[in-house]
Amino acid sequence: MTDVAVTRVSTTVPSRSLFGWRRNPWRKPRVLQAITWGYLFWSTVPVIIAIIFSFNAGRSRSTWQGFSLRWWYQDPFDSLLHDPELSRAMLQTFKLSFLTVLIAVPIGTLFAIGIDRWHGRPARSANFVMLLSFVVPEIILGVSLFYVFISVLKGAIDLGTNAQIIGLVTFQISYPVIIVRARLLTIGAEYEEAALDLGATPNQAIRRVLLPLLGPAILASIALVFADSVDDFVTLRYLSGPASSEPLSVKIYSAARGSPSPAVNAAATVMLVSTLLVVGIGLLLYRRFAREQGEAADAASLAQL
Amino acid sequence: VASAELTEPKRRRRRKAAPTEESGVWYPRWYWPSFAAPGTIWLAIWFVLPFYVVLSLAFGTVDQAFRNPLPVYNPFWWQFDTFANTVQKFYSGAHIFLSPLIRTFTYVFSASLICLVVGYAVAYYTARYAGKQRGLILLLLVTPFWISYLMRIYAWQSLLQPDGYVNDIIGVFGVNPVEWLAGRPITVVLGLVYGYIPFMILPLFGSLDRINQNLLEAGRDLGASPAQTFLRVTLPLSRQAILAGIVIVTLPMFGDYYTNNLLSESPRTSMFGNLIDNSVGQAGQGPLAASLVLLLMVIVIVPMLYYLRETRRAAEAA
Repeated sequence: MTDVAVTRVSTTVPSRSLFGWRRNPWRKPRVLQAITWGYLFWSTVPVIIAIIFSFNAGRSRSTWQGFSLRWWYQDPFDSLLHDPELSRAMLQTFKLSFLTVLIAVPIGTLFAIGIDRWHGRPARSANFVMLLSFVVPEIILGVSLFYVFISVLKGAIDLGTNAQIIGLVTFQISYPVIIVRARLLTIGAEYEEAALDLGATPNQAIRRVLLPLLGPAILASIALVFADSVDDFVTLRYLSGPASSEPLSVKIYSAARGSPSPAVNAAATVMLVSTLLVVGIGLLLYRRFAREQGEAADAASLAQL
Repeated sequence: VASAELTEPKRRRRRKAAPTEESGVWYPRWYWPSFAAPGTIWLAIWFVLPFYVVLSLAFGTVDQAFRNPLPVYNPFWWQFDTFANTVQKFYSGAHIFLSPLIRTFTYVFSASLICLVVGYAVAYYTARYAGKQRGLILLLLVTPFWISYLMRIYAWQSLLQPDGYVNDIIGVFGVNPVEWLAGRPITVVLGLVYGYIPFMILPLFGSLDRINQNLLEAGRDLGASPAQTFLRVTLPLSRQAILAGIVIVTLPMFGDYYTNNLLSESPRTSMFGNLIDNSVGQAGQGPLAASLVLLLMVIVIVPMLYYLRETRRAAEAA
């Protein structure tokens, strides 16, 4: 009895807390805890404040002047909904992201399947280039493509929507490849072999066995590519042609360097909500899919893919 | 049952290596390459060729009338004067290029160091002590990935305004307002940390989370102090993730110009990315911009190749 009491006292005496960890490694590490929650606060709160300021009644984005929906739709000229530039940019953002998903995900998925089975030197080189496109700083790709479109392809493909889609697809194509390949590794080859043994042709085995099994990975790729395309601005900024082809992200960047009104906060909030929505839906469907196939999945696994 | 489970992965690996032979289905030689073809062709045209165009521009000329860049595609006709001039600007004259270069390395180094120290603490806590809050913490760690980088920096830009909340808070403690956005290196470095630290935390968390708890207990049972256990067990086991994390955060930092432009917009803090961004699209500056892109490529190629090699090794080990 006394023994227990003594040890308990010795670990909770505040003056010894600095060395307490040495005595009792299972004690809660307060310093680490403080750093972690401090970091999470630092990481999250600025964004929340920026969202709140989209409802500011005044023009300032740093001093709160009361609540209003002025910058969302009430103001007939400067609100997100009525400013022709911002609303056009919003449409452009969604158009670009949608088309990028439509091109990048199928090409990337096929590439992943092909590269997984096709062995040899050309396959390794193709895979190497793919991974290179994944890690290269975006400014390098953006500037290179910018000069391709203004000098080599001048007149054929000019800066604007087409150029932007090409740039986005090039930068995003590696995501579906990496995600689908990771999934291919966990699936293994048994299901496909079984289908082949049961008389399916290779095409049938892929269409009716492999692709459904890859469902969660394809879904995750769609969510990821869409969210990332909405947020992209380095590539899109270099490949924007006339002002009408500038997406929301580029508008926000230009506005942030001038004198932004809370309508910019509203625009950024739209971007945030749409990416979180797409990723959230993707995550839910992913979990559902994965659970049907008897596997666990959580937020971390989707992010780490 | 246990032995079946133990042998299962091995069988799976062997099968996967030769699925076609076992199932006796004959695939034409072009079958799998044709799957990879669209992606390969796309990357060849829009990723590999543009690099060649950058080379041709850097070693090409400018047309005299409109000052548009004229790429020279034939390597035999390449001229290296602009490139040499660009390189020369880094070590001679008024240091207009040297200072941004040195600054880039200083900022990137300090920012990734802070990312590592803070990120390690957060990842360590989350992996080992988070307990019931683990799900919530992980969710909060992942959300920055889905929030536009631009918006996150924009949010800070608003907070750091002269009349912003940061000055309000330090005012409570009697500190005079600070002009945070007037070309302060500390603002830029912390902005970089803020922007890229999520990319550091996740690989660290993944690695620390995989460390077998028994190893730590074994270290303790064998008489190691917590500090020794950390230094001689945990740290070596997370070495790979540390290096990967550093590479992941430094690569985009080297090409970053927007953090700087949004949080300082002063030549006193301009970085390598700003040099590129300032010259892109300017009349007559095509070869200069292309040369700078080439130089940036030279700077990042080693960490890039290192990262690719490590990921391939990890994939092979898995």
